[in-house]
Amino acid sequence: MKVVVDLNRCQAYAQCVYAAPDHFALEGAEVLVYDPAPGDAARAEIERAVQACPVRAITAFPDAAPGAA
Amino acid sequence: MSVAAGSPPRRIVVVGASLCGLSAAQALREEGFSGEIVLVGDEPERPYDRPPLSKQVLRGRCGPDTTLPCRPDLDLRFRLGTAAAGLDPRARRVVLADGGTIAYDRVLIATGTRARPWPGDPGSGPLHTLRTRRDAERLGARLADRPRRVVVVGGGFIGCEAAASIRAMGLDVTQVVRETVPLVQALGDAVGAMVAEVARGAGVDLLTDRGIDGIEAAGGETAVVRLDEGRRIETGCVLVALGAVRNVEWLAGAGLAVSDAGVRVDAECRALTPDGRVVPDVFAAGDVAQWPSAVYGGARLAVEHWGNAVAQGRVAARNMAAAGGPLARHDHLPDFWSHLYGLTVKLVGVPDGADRFAVVQGTLRERRFVGIYGAGERTVAAVSVDSARWLPAYRAAIAEGAPFPPFTGALDQPGFAPHPLATA
Repeated sequence: MKVVVDLNRCQAYAQCVYAAPDHFALEGAEVLVYDPAPGDAARAEIERAVQACPVRAITAFPDAAPGAA
Repeated sequence: MSVAAGSPPRRIVVVGASLCGLSAAQALREEGFSGEIVLVGDEPERPYDRPPLSKQVLRGRCGPDTTLPCRPDLDLRFRLGTAAAGLDPRARRVVLADGGTIAYDRVLIATGTRARPWPGDPGSGPLHTLRTRRDAERLGARLADRPRRVVVVGGGFIGCEAAASIRAMGLDVTQVVRETVPLVQALGDAVGAMVAEVARGAGVDLLTDRGIDGIEAAGGETAVVRLDEGRRIETGCVLVALGAVRNVEWLAGAGLAVSDAGVRVDAECRALTPDGRVVPDVFAAGDVAQWPSAVYGGARLAVEHWGNAVAQGRVAARNMAAAGGPLARHDHLPDFWSHLYGLTVKLVGVPDGADRFAVVQGTLRERRFVGIYGAGERTVAAVSVDSARWLPAYRAAIAEGAPFPPFTGALDQPGFAPHPLATA
């Protein structure tokens, strides 16, 4: 998986942290730290995080197939 | 109103395979463009995200793979590891550094910026910059050796974020800043002073108002940084964070209005000639583009922001895909975020030219506040520290040209108390 969070939009509601605690974390009050390249096994968790974000700041897609565009 | 001309394009070439270029490519498909999209990039990697490189990647919280997520059905062609070397708008082709050429019907210039190097830096040894994934990997490998002191040169966002990240790894850090406080040009003296206090509290040896006379290689990975006051700092790693240079050299001779401030475009992201005429089928967006901002009375802006790269890439894409009909305008209000020592700093608007600053919610001492910047009678920007949920209201007010302050009913202060603002 590949993940990016629009941190201009993020307001630290932390719903992604509950949905995918191994891949999103809050440090301090508002610093969201996330894994930009979680394994494909995390797909269900990551998709829950995408859906849970109240400001729709998370984008995630599976890895591109090797050689494909 | 500007209207798209000509027949529908068949091949669109995006020069610059980064956030802006990928954003444009995605938007082209969303607009229904079914022709060929070619992304040309000088780096070998697929488009990747840069903000984590100075933060969680540098600290080792995650690996250096920050490849941007990409819809699987975009059908993009990549020409990676090959820089563009020229643009010929009359022949409608991009010339590549390897001698090849790519014909286009429309082209997007999204070549961004590069780190400004220390004069004479060969790009190896003890001197580092931090812009690309390769930079982050090289610096990360050096930090993993735990050099006994890291010197960070520069008081902008990359310098401050890197100093915070490196200090968080438990390494000794000296940060040398020419200005009176870090981030003074971006955020002004009051917020910059708060950041200085936080940095010193975290144990960074922050030297302000200090210049550097020279950096001497001392063999292998060691160097001596000579300050203008005579002090010498022996170090095993120097991070040079002196801002960015726009990648415009490849456009020499193309007939475009190009300067150190970027490629001049109109509000529709179309490249212009030096006398202000539209160059057919040539667009520019992202860090490399300088556009007239409707929000700021037509003032030309060029910013190095994540949000602008996305937004301007999308507007350019929409206009490139258009065949007739009205063109979209880039009316973006600049914004960015930074993570420093566990604090989240966010800015909306452009504080350039602001002469007043006021905290409207919270306090600097708590390190949790919203502040606003005034220029004349207008509010031109707002900053939040760990108070991001308040910022959208100020964003809307600034975009509408609100007075200073934009609203008084939202104050949690004894009264509205603006202070003179210094940005140098």
